Amino acid sequence: MLVLIGVAIVVIGFALRFNALLVVTVAGLATGLAGGMDLVGIISAFGKAFTENRYMGLIWLTLPVIALLERNGLKEQAQRIIGRVRAATAGRVLMLYFVIRQVTAALGLTSLGGHAQMVRPLIAPMAEAAAVNRHGELPNAVRQQIRANASAVDNIAVFFGEDIFIAIQSILLIKGFLEQNGIIVEPLQVSVWAIPTAVAALLIHCTRLYLFDRRLARTFATPVKDSR
Amino acid sequence: MIGLEVLYTIAGLMFAAFALFNLTDRMNPRRVVNFAFWMIYAVTFLFGALLPHFVTGCLAIALAVIAGSGKLGRGKGEERSANAVARGDAGAPRLGNRLFLPALLIPAVTLAGTFVLKHVSFIDTKNVTLISLVLGTLVAFGVALVMLRDSPVHGLREARYTMDAVGWAAILPQMLAALGAVFAVAGVGGVVSGLVTTWMPIDSPIAIVVAYTVGMALFTMIMGNAFAAFPVMTAGIGLPLIVHAFHGNPAILGAIGMLSGFCGTLMTPMAANFNIVPAALLELKDKNGVIKAQWPTALLLLVVNTVLMAALVFRF
Repeated sequence: MLVLIGVAIVVIGFALRFNALLVVTVAGLATGLAGGMDLVGIISAFGKAFTENRYMGLIWLTLPVIALLERNGLKEQAQRIIGRVRAATAGRVLMLYFVIRQVTAALGLTSLGGHAQMVRPLIAPMAEAAAVNRHGELPNAVRQQIRANASAVDNIAVFFGEDIFIAIQSILLIKGFLEQNGIIVEPLQVSVWAIPTAVAALLIHCTRLYLFDRRLARTFATPVKDSR
Repeated sequence: MIGLEVLYTIAGLMFAAFALFNLTDRMNPRRVVNFAFWMIYAVTFLFGALLPHFVTGCLAIALAVIAGSGKLGRGKGEERSANAVARGDAGAPRLGNRLFLPALLIPAVTLAGTFVLKHVSFIDTKNVTLISLVLGTLVAFGVALVMLRDSPVHGLREARYTMDAVGWAAILPQMLAALGAVFAVAGVGGVVSGLVTTWMPIDSPIAIVVAYTVGMALFTMIMGNAFAAFPVMTAGIGLPLIVHAFHGNPAILGAIGMLSGFCGTLMTPMAANFNIVPAALLELKDKNGVIKAQWPTALLLLVVNTVLMAALVFRF
């Protein structure tokens, strides 16, 4: 029971908005001590996992490319392109990205996307530009909301698309776990049952994006472009 | 052989460059703190394989202490420089859609690499995706430099502004993985599944399905990772009750159980690489902004998953 103290520290620490990095570290130390480990052992376990998970930091290598392109007008160009599409709205841009991301993920192409590679340089500026073209300058809070939605689309589409592909990590994990417990299933037998939820995710989230568009339209009337 | 350590060296050099740019930034009163933070992080990348785990653990804790001190941050004059903005406005018409080429090269090369590099002898085949990602990044960087006639120093310097904006959130995913490792050694999973099974109503199959899907989502929210929650919850509830006692279909149990966990991933700051890092990357003021955009969809999908599981798992 005592080892649950780490869970409690995380929940309370996050709720009180302490620095997450510090909360997680304290939770780790407390859990280890409660579990009867010595301090050197805990810190070593921490260091080992920190070292083994360095691959998570590799995503930042994309920053110099993105920064270079943004410095030379990538966002501006994304906005210009969107400006040429009259039917574009923030919601529609994100719906299109949702479908592309989900379908490619279902085919196993999960690396075609991501927050650093696609959302920050391309998708978020396009969605923002579409909204600005339609409604004129928007308050910063609304722009932030549009950007947050762009990231949400990337997450939801890939989470509920990738499991349809038979060789994805989670399907292999399910198969492996069942196998350990003496149940043999083929990956396809598992992945086919991811399809109903995938369809539901598409319907639910695209409906929400449609409603988001409507809310924008109601709050900010379309600016009159030509005075005549 | 090209493996992960090569990639870590490249990333380590980049973080070291960010640290040095910070140190030489006279405009930033906090430059020494920023320098220390990124330099320590760079050291864990450059020498992580050589350092004893205890030393790396101490470095990780030092990072947390610096972050917790609240002294980390961007100095005042660190908005995107007016010069860069002017260049951006001028660059868009000059280069047009060619600007997209390097950006699209990253996913394109990554994808091609995952197919091709598997068959190259001097590549570590276990990590083809990551090697491809870094390769794609380097190719895109090279093409961008030639196309834009820009200098790599500019790229790194501008990138450092974004990195400073992301700040400690960049390291959170790794720290959470470390926490997960301590949880595993201390046996947190076993305690939680023990608790769940003692409180379970074991007579109603529907109640058990609800306990399993909601339990997957909740436990994923605590661990920040559905992959960590899945074995615990499935060994605790899924297999003994749904499959063995009520003869449910294990393939359906696994598929929809995992997807229920993903609903939890969308709602927790513990899944930092999906929720907190993007918020920082997009420079959102609210670190939970992405979660706020996701939770209604996540909750509705959890209901859908529960209904699907209840309707399907005992039928097939």
